[in-house]
Amino acid sequence: MNVARAHRPEPAELDAADRRIVNRLQEGLPLVPSPYAAVAAELSLSEGELLYRLERLLEAGVLSRFGPMYHAERLGGGLTLAALEVPEDDFERVAEKVNAFPEVAHNYRREHRLNMWFVLATETPQRIAEVIEAIEAATGLAVFNMPKQEEFHVRLHLPV
Amino acid sequence: MSVSTCPSEPAPAAGFVDGLDPLDRDIVLATQGGLPLVPDPWSAVGKPLGLAGNEVRARMQRMIDSGVIRRIAAVPNHYRLGYVANGMTVWDVDDAHVERLGREVAGIPGVSHCYRRPRHLPEWPYNLFAMLHGRSQGEVEQQAEALRERLGDACRDHRILYSSRILKKTGLRLARSSGRPR
Repeated sequence: MNVARAHRPEPAELDAADRRIVNRLQEGLPLVPSPYAAVAAELSLSEGELLYRLERLLEAGVLSRFGPMYHAERLGGGLTLAALEVPEDDFERVAEKVNAFPEVAHNYRREHRLNMWFVLATETPQRIAEVIEAIEAATGLAVFNMPKQEEFHVRLHLPV
Repeated sequence: MSVSTCPSEPAPAAGFVDGLDPLDRDIVLATQGGLPLVPDPWSAVGKPLGLAGNEVRARMQRMIDSGVIRRIAAVPNHYRLGYVANGMTVWDVDDAHVERLGREVAGIPGVSHCYRRPRHLPEWPYNLFAMLHGRSQGEVEQQAEALRERLGDACRDHRILYSSRILKKTGLRLARSSGRPR
């Protein structure tokens, strides 16, 4: 059995208007007085229909979020990518321990000797080291800390 | 991803940033769960804060200009859009060339995020990370091949680490109890 697959959301059925909305709103909402009306007009939809469909796309989990995307470090926070080598028979326990930290923003299983990869987002840069220490204490495993040293590109755009 | 991760400059020390005053911070807190889905979202955000919609909009524009907000946008769930193959590609690239090559491969189609990160020898020799997204692993492998060609002899080794389970995905959250006076 493929354990991985059981935890993956299935691809959604989207009609043409949904696709236009998903593509257009990944680009960004304009900062104008009636932004949804402006985007709706571009997409040949009414404002009400855009808002209704957007709400539905969020409820259905097609979009995981809609809103401002903040730059953690420019907000003064700390951010890092970290990995663990988790013994297979201990994976669920460790996942539960790691996920219990509110500073863990994302956590993914990946197929490698380092099989658990998570992003830590903290209120201050100093706090990263404390959380890593706490995760090591809670799991009994060494954390591989891989903070970014240079950013070359950040732009997720998935056309549908 | 809602954690749109960050640049190379060191973050400020005190959890507070030039130009981000307590009202900006309130706007951040009010919108980190999402922007209201109503015709005038700026007024909806401003009302509990005692701010007019125009003021919210002006402050958000300033935060965009200063890079605190990257943009206001929809964050898709990769899998739900059919992007079922999400590969974190990791590359062991000659340190002398990684900066130039990182910038070059960042523009290759399929790459959403591209960073230089530290090696952890001997377990982890990779210093360049590029996230790739495709509708199949074959598509991701083609994208990775394009990266490999561009990196050329400066690249000693690489791996594709597919995500096989989302264990948690909440995105960034600022704590409300951050000690800033409201």
